Amino acid sequence: MKYLDEYRDARIARALLAEIAQEVRGHWVLMEICGGQTHTIMRYGLDELLPKNIELVHGPGCPVCVTPLETIDKALELASRPDIILVSYGDMLRVPGSTNDLFTIKAKGGDVRVVYSPTEALKIARQNPGRGVVFLAVGFETTAPANAMAVWQAKEEKIHNFSVLVSHVLVPPAIRALMTSSECRVNGFIAPGHVCTVMGYEEYEALVRDFRVPIVVGGFEPVDLLEAVLMLVRQLEKGEARAENQYVRSVNYEGNLPAQRVVKEVFEIVDQKWRGIGTIPASGLRVRDAYGDYDASRIYGLASITAEEPAECISAKVLQGLKKPTDCPAFGMRCTPHNPLGAPMVSSEGACAAYYNYRRDLAVR
Amino acid sequence: MCLAIPGKILSSEDLGLARSGRVQFGGIVRQVRLDFVPEANPGDYVMVHVGFAISKVDEAEAQRTYQLLAEMGALEGELPPEENQ
Ligand code: SF4
Repeated sequence: MKYLDEYRDARIARALLAEIAQEVRGHWVLMEICGGQTHTIMRYGLDELLPKNIELVHGPGCPVCVTPLETIDKALELASRPDIILVSYGDMLRVPGSTNDLFTIKAKGGDVRVVYSPTEALKIARQNPGRGVVFLAVGFETTAPANAMAVWQAKEEKIHNFSVLVSHVLVPPAIRALMTSSECRVNGFIAPGHVCTVMGYEEYEALVRDFRVPIVVGGFEPVDLLEAVLMLVRQLEKGEARAENQYVRSVNYEGNLPAQRVVKEVFEIVDQKWRGIGTIPASGLRVRDAYGDYDASRIYGLASITAEEPAECISAKVLQGLKKPTDCPAFGMRCTPHNPLGAPMVSSEGACAAYYNYRRDLAVR
Repeated sequence: MCLAIPGKILSSEDLGLARSGRVQFGGIVRQVRLDFVPEANPGDYVMVHVGFAISKVDEAEAQRTYQLLAEMGALEGELPPEENQ
C-alpha cells in the first residue's frame, strides 16, 4: 500500500542503522511514547538492531493500558444492566476490572457490542431508541476528535439515548510528569505521530525548553522510527535540544484545526487518573456541562465508584519506562494475553503484550 | 489504538452534518468521515483513524523525504554487504 510499504524498505532501514552506528558516541536512553511505536519496534526487532549504547524504553502511550480501573468497573456496571447497550472499541473487552471484564459480562448475556468507529455507536443508538446506548470513549488526542464528533452529532440530531463514558488522556502533561520524576533516565523522546497529527507539536516546545530534552515527532513504520532515532542521536551528540518533526507526511506544526475545534467544543481539560501511574494534573478530558446530557457518568450516577489496583502487577513502572515487562515476576507465567493480570498485557500495543508476542524468550532467566 | 492508515479518497459527499467519502486501502474500500480534512479531495491520500480522516498526506513532503532516504539506501547498496558494521 502506498505510504506504508515503502516505509518498511529493508535497504533504507539498513542504511539508517549504519548512519546511526556511525554518529552515536554516548549512551542514550530514548523513549517512544506510543504503544503503536512499541509494537513496531518489537515486531521488527529494531531494539536489537540498534547499537548497544542506544537503549529504548517504552512509554505510557497505550490508552487501553492507562484507562483507570474505576472506569472499567463503571463500564462493567452499565453493561450488566438490561436497559443498556455498552459499546466499545474491541481492545477494551479483556481489560480486567476489579472483579470481571466486559468479555465475561457479554458471555453472561450482557449487551456489549464492539465497534471500529464511534459513528457506529451512534447508529446503534438510532436503531434502539428504547435503550440507553453508552459508548466507552477512551483514547489519546488522536481519538478525541472522533469521539467528540459523535457527541456533537448526537446533540445536533437530538439522539437522547446516546452517551459516552469518557477516559481521555493527553500526552504532553504525561511527558512532563515523567521528566519530573527523580527516577527518570530518558535523554530523548519520540513523540507520537498521530497524536501530533491532531494537536501539532507546538506544545512540545515548552517541554524541550524546561527539561532541555530533544523531542522528535515520529511515525509508526520501521523507517520512520529509525529516522526519528537518528534525528535524536544527532541532536544529543551535538548537545542540542529541539522539537523536530520526522513524520512530515502527516504532521504539521499547528496540527488539525477542525479536529481541535470539535474537541474544544465538547470536552474540557481536567486532572486525570492514569491506571498504574496515578493522577496527572490537566492530563485528561471530560464532557463539558453544555453536553452533560451525553455524559454517562452524570446521567447514570456513577461518579462514586472507585477501585484499587492489584498488587502484583508492576505496570506502573513499565508504563513509565522504569522497568521492562520481563522484569515482572508474573510475566508469561501468571500473566499472559489470555489471562492478563494488568492492562499492558491486554492490548497488542501494551508493552507487556508486545514483549510476550515477540520477546518471550527473554523471560527464561 | 492510535493506529491510522493511509488510504486514497475515491469520492466525497456532503451529508448535511457530516462530510463523508469512499476511501481505498489497498484492495479494500470503506466509507470514511472527511469532516476534519475539508481540503482533501478525490485522488488525495488521507490518514484514517477510527473511521475519520485526521490528515491529508502531504505528497510533496513524503516524496522529498522518501527520495532522501532512498538515496541513502541506494548508496548503502553500493558498498559490500554487511561488512565491519
Ligand atoms: S506482565 Fe502482567 S502483571 Fe506484569 S506488569 Fe505486565 S501486565 Fe502487569
